[in-house]
Amino acid sequence: MYKIFLSLSLLLLSACTTVQPWDKDLLAKPSMALVPSEIDNALDEHIYFSKEASMGGQGVGGGGCGCN
Amino acid sequence: MRSTKKIRDKLTIASATLLQATSVTAAEAPEGAWNVNTAVLFYSENDGRVSAIEPVISATKETADGDIINYKAVFDSLTGATPTGALIANVEQTFTNPSGNGEYKIPAGELPLDDTFLDTRVALSGSWNTAIIDDYSRLILGGNLSKEFDYTSLGFSANFLRDFNNRNTTFSTAIGLSSDKIEPSGGIPTAFANMKTAKTGTNRDAADDSKTITDVMFGVTQVINRRTLMQFNLGFSESSGYMNDPYKIISVLDTNGDLTTALGVDDLPYVYENRPDSRSRQTFFWKTVHHLTEDVINVSYRYHTDDWGIDSHTIDFHYRYELGNGSYLQPHLRYYSQSAADFSVTSLTEAEAAAATSITYASADYRLSEFVTNTFGVKYAMPVGKTSEFSVRAEVISQVQNDALYPDLDSFIIQFGYDFYFDD
Repeated sequence: MYKIFLSLSLLLLSACTTVQPWDKDLLAKPSMALVPSEIDNALDEHIYFSKEASMGGQGVGGGGCGCN
Repeated sequence: MRSTKKIRDKLTIASATLLQATSVTAAEAPEGAWNVNTAVLFYSENDGRVSAIEPVISATKETADGDIINYKAVFDSLTGATPTGALIANVEQTFTNPSGNGEYKIPAGELPLDDTFLDTRVALSGSWNTAIIDDYSRLILGGNLSKEFDYTSLGFSANFLRDFNNRNTTFSTAIGLSSDKIEPSGGIPTAFANMKTAKTGTNRDAADDSKTITDVMFGVTQVINRRTLMQFNLGFSESSGYMNDPYKIISVLDTNGDLTTALGVDDLPYVYENRPDSRSRQTFFWKTVHHLTEDVINVSYRYHTDDWGIDSHTIDFHYRYELGNGSYLQPHLRYYSQSAADFSVTSLTEAEAAAATSITYASADYRLSEFVTNTFGVKYAMPVGKTSEFSVRAEVISQVQNDALYPDLDSFIIQFGYDFYFDD
């Protein structure tokens, strides 16, 4: 898994163009956030965590629960 | 030439928090104002199983120093009934409440559900996001506390982010620690001990137990081009301690497939489950956000694997369709599939359940079996005045088990949200 991760990271770095600060207008929009709605995301993750056996991926920690 | 460089430097600084802004709350509020997100979620499951009401409030502010602070409170009120792990039988079944003082009966042919399920949860959390070392690095510290009548969880996290490559690349390293305490109603059941008839003892001898979880995550966020952002995370999680569900049981069957009658005095034909006291998980997560002419696509994939034998694949897709004037419609699709835990069972034989033969671990929890979950949802949001937004979203979640002996699950959610900001 390490190798895949490293390869993908290097591939990314080599494949992408450098976007200058003045060209980041679209990237700066709230709708372009990785997580546009923290509340929706947290509520969804809580539901899935209590009904499925997997968790995590997006970040660390995030409130334990006796539901699983 | 010099002035060009000056302008470039200024623009670089102006966009300094861009990547961080995309990794924390997308605060539209002006500096110094509180950006408040509120929502109430209604959750309900088919066949009168669990229903929940969950109000949330979250407040975020960027200080004059460029720090971002967040406070959040979640309340969770659950009622209804939940599967116990026992199988449907062709006779009426009698179960004892966790307290050992009462019983409930399930008619022949019906799925055993424990309708004493009732809980209230309060979760409080906070985070502080600040510049560290220089303008290119940030540290996010977080803490959370959640409390249910039988469960307490305390957690801390630290996330270090560093920008490279003209702020087109951000590396992150995060660590999370969580310490949980469980005090189940009636106490901690003894693994593989029989459920007892009401008022004859409980086989729940310990009062409480605990577990700890350590998470480590490495991530990279990369600007691919003017319209595309990509994220990769690699996560490692180690849990140790009590990981059984103290309310879950397993039916014990004879060679004909009927509930066993070879029982000790006051024993019922169900035994308490037992899971390993450690778990190692690894996750690989990929997300891409892409800006079309107006609309935005947000798609992610997660691979999860652990030493319990659970491998899962999750694909998540949001499409934000701009309606104009700040309103949007956002369909959501999610596909999830998991393999069963190595110790997932639907029932045990008399020999397996007998104390003499030792099976180390077994659980009939439907969440540890092989299944697929499909989610379809849609969200609508519209601005209200210049400083607030109203939203509503509805989702249908459908869980289909591979083994028909486990119960399927259909649930429905509807959520109302109201976001606003104000200067304090």
